[in-house]
Amino acid sequence: MDGVHDMGGMMNFGPVVTEADEPTFHAEWERRSFGVTLAASATGLWNLDMSRSARESLPPAVYLSSSYFEIWMRGLEALLLKSGLVTDEDLAAGRAVTPALPVERGLTPERVWPSTQAGTPSERPALTPARFAVGDHVVTRNIHPHGHTRLPRYARGKLGEVESVHGAHVFPDAHAAGLGEAPQWLYTVRFTGVELWGDDADPRLVTSIEAWESYLSAA
Amino acid sequence: MTDSGHSELSDVEVRMRALESILTEKGYIDPAAVDAIVEAYETRIGPRNGAKVVAKAWADEGFAQALREDATTAVADMGFGGRQGEHLNVAENTPDEHNMVVCTLCSCYPWPLLGLPPVWYKSAPYRSRAVMEPRSVLADFGVTLPETTRIRVWDSTAELRHLVIPMRPNGTDGWSADELASLVTRDSMIGTGLALDPDKVTR
Repeated sequence: MDGVHDMGGMMNFGPVVTEADEPTFHAEWERRSFGVTLAASATGLWNLDMSRSARESLPPAVYLSSSYFEIWMRGLEALLLKSGLVTDEDLAAGRAVTPALPVERGLTPERVWPSTQAGTPSERPALTPARFAVGDHVVTRNIHPHGHTRLPRYARGKLGEVESVHGAHVFPDAHAAGLGEAPQWLYTVRFTGVELWGDDADPRLVTSIEAWESYLSAA
Repeated sequence: MTDSGHSELSDVEVRMRALESILTEKGYIDPAAVDAIVEAYETRIGPRNGAKVVAKAWADEGFAQALREDATTAVADMGFGGRQGEHLNVAENTPDEHNMVVCTLCSCYPWPLLGLPPVWYKSAPYRSRAVMEPRSVLADFGVTLPETTRIRVWDSTAELRHLVIPMRPNGTDGWSADELASLVTRDSMIGTGLALDPDKVTR
């Protein structure tokens, strides 16, 4: 989706403001937003790509005016409503007023550290040979899907070069839409600054993205 | 993505408490598991992990080569890996090329090595400008590179997480791994900073 989350190359947001000795969280509710989001994801009723899609599907004005962990909280609410685990009535009441659904999986305190260390690798066995090799020139596709994609707007329709090949990985565009993992070859593709931003760009800038195979055409 | 004002904070706090209550009452989450998650990221996982990796790469060319070939496996041997660091890549700074990492679409970041990202990394100014005008972003951090230095920006669009290996400062021959790690800042591993000057660190 061509949403406000896709920020590369947007202007007028001002300087980068840093905070000395920044804590991991700035308030208790931020701790809970983060921890509850990870704990609830252990139900297995949605995946990471669906989570990202839920956050970037918030109304643009809400996304831009919300702090980061508020976006997480709102994204989690959307996932819970969609999955049916929580209802509008529950949220309106601020407590559980509708029956719970049976869930097969949950996260116990004992499983927190092992699951943190295990993570969720996205690499899968490749079912086809890689279409591109290191050094190949490629053009990114000019796509504007309404659903989730990981091809940023600024890098569409651009000439680049394959720098590395990473095996087959879960394809977020399909995974976020509930269409399964549909793994594809993943590449690091590099572009010159001039290709991305025009003749006024920094002549010594190179920017790369990771691109799934279906984002690319042979140049 | 603004800072929360006080009144907004209260609203968010109420809303987050209600959400956790609902999920707990329905039996979907265990608040003790939430506590354990928070505790892990506040106390066990942070940029000192990444600093150990960088210091080891500076001190041990064999390890540096292993990182280049397969960073995921190399850091797993040090006990680092897992959530949001399942697949890792290192980008080494040289006198000719400086690396900088961003996630323009969300906030992808190598959690096992750097912990959770700072607010500025997730902010609109950084996400919008890093890929287009990295030199002016570096200026916001007080970093000026020679005009001749190439800048390589890595936009983290997949589950491959990037760690910058800053240049080892001169004057650190014979330093121990712990001493070297004390020079490695979080920002230097994102690429918005450089390793500290050894003259400004107490050994």
